[in-house]
Parts: sequence; C-alpha cells; structure tokens
Amino acid sequence: MRYLPLTPDDRAAMLAKIGAPNIDALFRDVPKSAVVARSVFDLPDTQGELTVERALSKMAAKSRAAGSLPFFCGAGAYKHHVPSAVDHLIQRSEFLTSYTPYQPEIAQGTLQYLFEFQTQVALLTGMEVANASLYDGSTATAEGVLMAQRITKRPKAILSGGLHPHYAETVETVAGLSGTVTRSPVTPGKAEDIIALIDDQTACVVVQSPDVFGLIRNLKPIADAAHAKGALLIAVVTEIVSLGLIEPPGAQGADIVAAEGQSLGVGLNFGGPYVGLFATREKYLRNMPGRLCGETTDAAGKRGYVLTLSTREQHIRREKATSNICTNSGLCCLAFTIHLSLLGEEGFSRLARANHARASALADRLADVKGVSLVTESFFNEFTLKLSKPAASVVDALAEKGIVAGVPASRLMPHDKEARDLLIVAATETNTDEDCDAFVHALAELL
Amino acid sequence: MTMNNQGRPTSSGSVNENEMPTISGDRGLQHEVSLIFELGRPGMTGVDLPQVQMTDKRLGGLRRKGPVGLPGLSEPEVIRHYVRLSQLNYSIDAGLYPLGSCTMKHNPRLNEKMARLPGFADVHPLAPQQTVQGAFEAVGELMKWLTTLTGMPAVAMSPKAGAHGELCGLLTIRAAIEARGEKRNRILVPSSAHGTNPATAAVAGFVVDEVPATEDGHVDADALEAKLGPDVAAIMLTNPNTCGLFEPRIKEMADAVHKAGAYFYCDGANFNAIAGRVRPGDLGVDAMHINLHKTFSTPHGGGGPGAGPVVLSAALAPFAPLPLLVHDGNEFRMIEHADEATDGAKPFGRMCAFHGQMGMFSRALTYMMSHGADGIRQASEDAVLSANYILASLKDVMSAPFGEGPCMHEALFDDSFLEGTGVTTLDFAKAMIDEGYHPMTMYFPLVVHGAMLIEPTESESKESLDRFIHVLRTMALEAKAGQTARFDGAPRLAPRRRLDETAAARKPILRWKPKELPQAAE
Repeated sequence: MRYLPLTPDDRAAMLAKIGAPNIDALFRDVPKSAVVARSVFDLPDTQGELTVERALSKMAAKSRAAGSLPFFCGAGAYKHHVPSAVDHLIQRSEFLTSYTPYQPEIAQGTLQYLFEFQTQVALLTGMEVANASLYDGSTATAEGVLMAQRITKRPKAILSGGLHPHYAETVETVAGLSGTVTRSPVTPGKAEDIIALIDDQTACVVVQSPDVFGLIRNLKPIADAAHAKGALLIAVVTEIVSLGLIEPPGAQGADIVAAEGQSLGVGLNFGGPYVGLFATREKYLRNMPGRLCGETTDAAGKRGYVLTLSTREQHIRREKATSNICTNSGLCCLAFTIHLSLLGEEGFSRLARANHARASALADRLADVKGVSLVTESFFNEFTLKLSKPAASVVDALAEKGIVAGVPASRLMPHDKEARDLLIVAATETNTDEDCDAFVHALAELL
Repeated sequence: MTMNNQGRPTSSGSVNENEMPTISGDRGLQHEVSLIFELGRPGMTGVDLPQVQMTDKRLGGLRRKGPVGLPGLSEPEVIRHYVRLSQLNYSIDAGLYPLGSCTMKHNPRLNEKMARLPGFADVHPLAPQQTVQGAFEAVGELMKWLTTLTGMPAVAMSPKAGAHGELCGLLTIRAAIEARGEKRNRILVPSSAHGTNPATAAVAGFVVDEVPATEDGHVDADALEAKLGPDVAAIMLTNPNTCGLFEPRIKEMADAVHKAGAYFYCDGANFNAIAGRVRPGDLGVDAMHINLHKTFSTPHGGGGPGAGPVVLSAALAPFAPLPLLVHDGNEFRMIEHADEATDGAKPFGRMCAFHGQMGMFSRALTYMMSHGADGIRQASEDAVLSANYILASLKDVMSAPFGEGPCMHEALFDDSFLEGTGVTTLDFAKAMIDEGYHPMTMYFPLVVHGAMLIEPTESESKESLDRFIHVLRTMALEAKAGQTARFDGAPRLAPRRRLDETAAARKPILRWKPKELPQAAE
C-alpha cells in the first residue's frame, strides 16, 4: 500500500524490539469476540490511483456542475469566481498539513493569517473584534444566541421570519435547550414588526440582512428597540460580498454578527466545508466562542502571535467552557483571507457593485416576463420573484432545459402556503449576458 | 571545520552565524513578514474586475458610507506574503508530527484532486436534486464504508467536526430517551476524557458526572457501575482511551450501561487504532463520531475544517437529525423536513445549514477506496506497532506510567523522569523544536502528571522512527545527566523564541488597527 512505509522486515524487527510474538499480541486487551476477520467487511481491497480516480470521476460526472450551465441558486451559498492563486496557496504543505497552532514558535504562518483574518472580519462587519472562525454561518448564529443568553442571563431568542430557515432550525436545536426560541412570521419582501415581540425576557433578536428572500433590512431601529429592553441584536449575513456595498451591521448597532464567509475563496462544495464568521463588541470578548489569535512578543522582543484567552475554551474549562467547539474552519479562513487580500479595497468594492448591477438588470428583465412579479424592492445580488405557477415545478422544468433557475422558497419552508409560488434568484459576477438571456427566454416560454 | 568539494573551508570562522544580525532582519530562507495591512497602496488590486455603473435606488437607503479599510496589493505581492507565511509553519509533509490524540497522518494528494472534481466541488447544496446525483452517490458510498467498518446500521452525516458530532450523538440520545417518555439528565464522563466531552454534555443540557480512572490508566468500571441510575442518560467513553489503552472491560461496561437504560456514546477520536480490525458496533456502542480529519486523512489545515459523521445503533437510528439521504431504488433523494421522513424516522432537528462537509467526504472516500479494507486494517496495525515500538524504545529512559502492557496507537509518558532535573515537560517539548520535530501532546490527558502523549501514526518509516527515538533518548539522558543547556529557553532555532502568552491574555490585541486612529472604546 503506497501510503504505508513499513516493510514486512521492519514490522518483524519492531515486534522483536517490543518483545511481542505477533501483531495480535498488541491487541490483547480487545475482547476476542470483537476482533473481526478481513472477510467480514464487504469492501474492496487496496486500489491504485488510476483505478480510484476513474471510479470517482465517473461518479462526479453524474452531477451537473454549477459552472457548466446558467446557474442562479443562492439562499445561503453563492457561486463566485475564486482567483487561481487562492487554491494554489492553500495547498502549500505548510498550510494544508499543519495542525492547530498550539506550538506558536513553529506556527507563525497560521497564526499571522488568523490575526489578519480576524482583522478583516472586524473591518467588514464594522465590529471591534472577531474570532478565528466557526464551522459555518448557521452554527455561528446558534453560538451567537447561546452567547446572548449567557450575557443577558435571559432565556428568549426571537428569530426574524427572514432568517434562513436552516439557520433558524440550527438555532432551535441548541438554543431551545438553554432557553426558548420564537420565530417571527415569514413576510416575503417586507420587514416584519419584530420590535413588538421584544420583552424583558428577550436575550436577543436575530435578523438576517439581506434576508433569505434577498431583502435588505434596516437594522438600526431594531437595535435601538432591543437595547432599550436590555436585549442584544444579532445580525446575520449569508452573503459577505454584500458588505462591499451595504452599511455594515456594526454601524447599525448590532452587538454580535454571525456570517457565512463561503462567498470568498471557499466555493460551493455542496454545502461544506464553509467558514463561519463571528464578530462582536470588545466588552463581550470573554463570552465569545471559538479560538482567538492575539499579538504578543517573543523572548527576543520580536512581534509574534499566539492563541489566546483559551480559558474560555473546552480544553481548559471543560463543562464550563463558552462552547464545545475545537476544530474550526482553518483552511477555509485562509482561502477567505487570501481572496480578500487579492481583492483589496478596490477589488472588493468592484465585485460588490458588479454583483448588484448584474442582479438588478436580471430582476428588471425577469419582472417584465408575463406571470412574474418582483417581491423584493431592495436587494443586493439576490431577489425573490412571485410566479404564476408553483416555483418548484418551474425549477424542475427549467432544469430539464439545462437552466438552474434558483431555489424555490417551498424547499426551505414547505408549510408556508405563500412560499409555494416564490422563487429565490441569485446573480453574481459569474453570470454572463448569455446566461441571463437563456433564463429570461426559457421562463417566458414556460409561464 | 568541514571542507566543501572545492576544498575551501565552509565555516565562517570566528563569527557565530546564528548570532550575527542581518541588515534586512531576514535570515536566509526565513523572512520576517509584515502584516498585510502594513503593505500595499490605495487603488491597487490583485483581481481585475470591470468598473460597473450602478445606482443606489435598490439599496434601501443603506449604501455603505465609508471604505472597509482593506489594503491594495497586486497578485505577486499577495502570493509572496502567503508563501513567506507558509515557511514559518511546521507540517506533516515536512516532518514527524507526533501529536497524541490528533492523528497527524499523511494526507494523500489524490484526495485533494478528487475533492476538486467539479461534480463534487462546484455543486450547490440547494440545486435541484436530480442535477446532483453524483455528489449524492459519493455521500452514499462513504456512508456504506463508515457503517460497514463500524458495524453500525446508520450514520448521520451533517456534523462538521468531532465536537459537533458529539453534540449530534447526545441530542440523538436525548430524543430517544424523550421518546420513551423518560427524563434523564446525567452524563458520565471519565476524568481522562477530551475536554470536548464534558463541554458538549453541558451544551446538550446535561449535568456532567466524572468517573475516575484506575491506577493502570483505565476507566474505573466499578465506579462507573456504581454511578449508574435512572437519571443517567449516557456514558461518553473514548476507546481506545486517551492514555492510549484499550478498555478491556468495555463490553461489561456497555452491558451495565444498557441494563440501566442508558446509552453508550463512544468518542471515536482514536478509531485509527482499530479501524478494519474491531467494529465498535460489536462492543455495544450506540453512537460514535468519526473524525474524518484524523482516521481518514482529510488534512488538518491549520485547525480545520474537519468532519464528524456519527454512526448510530438501531436503537438511536430513528432519531438521527435532518437531512436524511435515501435511495429509492432509482435515484438518491435528500429528505430535508421531518414530515417527509419515512420508515418511522423521527429526526430530532437540524445540526447546521445544508448537509455536511462534502469537501471532506470526497477526500475521506478517496482515502478509503485507495486503502481498501485490507489497507485500512494494515494502517491501524502499523499505527499500533509504531506506537509500541516507541514505547519499548523509550521507556527505560523516559517514564511510562502504564508502560507494562502494550499500548494502542499512542504512547503515554509522564514527567517523573525529569524529576530533580529542573527541566519541565514544556522545556522538553520546546527543545524538540530545535531538533526539527513538532512536540508531542503535552499535559494531556490530565490523569497523569506532566503528560507527554506520542502518536506516530502509520505514516513513518522505521528509519524515521529510529531517528526520532535516538533524539528523544539523547535528550532524556542529557536532562538526567544535568546537561540542561538545550532545554533552557528553547526553542532557539525556530522562527520565534518562546512567546509571551500571559501578556497576550492580559491585554488582548486581537486585530490590527491603523496607527493614527485611537483604540476603540468600550
């Protein structure tokens, strides 16, 4: 087996040194009845690269890659162009095959990019501090709710109806154990009156902007109302590129920002791995979940970086930790931070504008199709259409024609009658004029 | 003094080349790297994008008012920055990485290539299901490998790492107990457990009750049985345990747990010792997460991403979280809502958006198909053999608290061999850095004093192990002989000397700030 360097002679010599007659002797504590023969496993034997590559390539070819056809799905995962340099750099051995930087003297590469990543996330979100990532946007949101419950010592989380339903369900899974979770009604294309739900038991209000339908939400009044009642505002961002054009949540009064960073550097990956961004105010620092990288100096006085404030974490605090998280999204942070470094201020702004312009133009054209109306007045690169037919059947019919039209809202909220005819459409810099033409014409033919 | 092949002396004479300052501050291949925010110039970018015209009319009056504050760099500058950063890192590709309980094995590059196939990587999680059948098939194939190797009937694929898998397992157990109309709020956790175990139990709303270890490094099975009662929901047990030992009374403990109406959660972090040889299902396990980034070689990536699928017994399988992947004889289908579930499934909820770490699944599947069942078994045997070889080769000079019997895939030492030398576990570990090695896991598990946990994995040749053993033996002998100079303030030859962690925590600086701006107020 090409990955195993020991030869039969090596193994014999090693057993002799150990003083064991055979390998079985090393497994002597395993109950005999639990040791199984090779033949018990109905699985193949060792295979060479060529064989494995052939089999997996054949399997992968049964999927239609997003880049191979006009593609307009968003709803929490967005197709963007990732510069070639990103994937080359993240595959450097020293990044790819290193562990969590617990030995800082020989992990400054990882630590410095985490410090830069934390800075970038704080700048993007308009917050004071950010951590070194969580798993993804949905789990970051759930961690945010738990953190708000700890800070306020109150049980109740109020979730906006515009919060991605998968995020809401993820929050309910964990925060429902430590408190109560209330969902505000779904109001596609409109801001709900979430302020009326805030009371003196409310730990936090969770509002996504742009929301799951693409609508840009004004967070300031919600932040003010929450603060007046002693509650926190958690702002959720699933499309981080939007912050190149939209006022960041930090400037609108958010106390915690939980975001998905997948749009930069990471790619679609069928849903994971992604990268959870998590930022807050400095005063809440010690209640944060996850790893933090901090600046310090070494014994020779040189600037360096270490993991810090680890007394919040599970390996020190065990059952009293702020979270059970250990492994995070290290390499996805790296991809994110390299992509953002390549873009810089100018590139990031241009990317955001290109996305908005592309989506605006497409929304105008689609809204002119008979049987289609635009539900979201304001949006970034994603909007919702109301169709004259159930959206799921339209998506299936267009997929037959080689166009992936978007995400039917009914896939995310099957019990909401109003959602049946709603189609969530995203357009990014990757969509060409030809893609948009094909979509508009095919939809006009169908409706 | 040595001579090069032209016969000229290669020594620099009286100057100690390690001490001589350089003009640039860089030292040969080792560069000092500025923060990216200290580089670049306004207007520069490493990505050419068109300047698009647009209006504000659809931004709801919320257009960003100021710049983000990002520096502008060209592509070559960005590449140089990250390449230089990478050169400051140790990696498994460059050297033995003996971190106990972390399984730093070789990461095959075929895995990387396969994970990037467009049919796996460039696929949207909410794309119409008929268009993503290839990706579903890969997930289905991985599920088959995982359930077969563990001898368990079902697997939940969405957990994103080991700790997330633990949470998934405990929430499944909670749902199963509630379905029986019972309430149980206590979880038994051995004192040798990974920190994530008690932390997860707390997040899942349970009270943690610690089970002591015996003198010989095992979980105290009698103490465990005495603690069982009608309020115990589960035991969280790592097997092989964190002392590197297989729990010989595991079946007995599993039986007692089941008899008390509780469930057996196994922390699968150490599955690399037994994969292909022992099936956890045969040991009475009800739920176990599998760290794909440990046992199945997906890269650790400087701290993630991982993946933590959870295999489940028949008793727990109906309560597995959404989404559920099913095959209806014709094609794969992802069940995303509880009321669409069939066959009596009662999913407890959702662990995360979408359906798990596909990018890790394709890598792990590639690893499994490459090894085959015979190769996986051989890998486990080699991992155990290598750890025992290290234990046997070092236990006369380093102190092995449980050194009598064989260990599994990791060898545990404590600091009693350093007693009276003035050298600590930390000093010993840091001196390894100067010798070109990443230190072993230190001060864990907590049940022995000054722990040093060495996990060589199956990826090292005998020559590599012998060299490592030689270095550690020499270090141990020197320390005991009072020759402690190399330990004092080590490392000296790394990109940085010891870093001041106390100062970092006392006055945290967690981000770069422009010099001219005042520090942000509370």
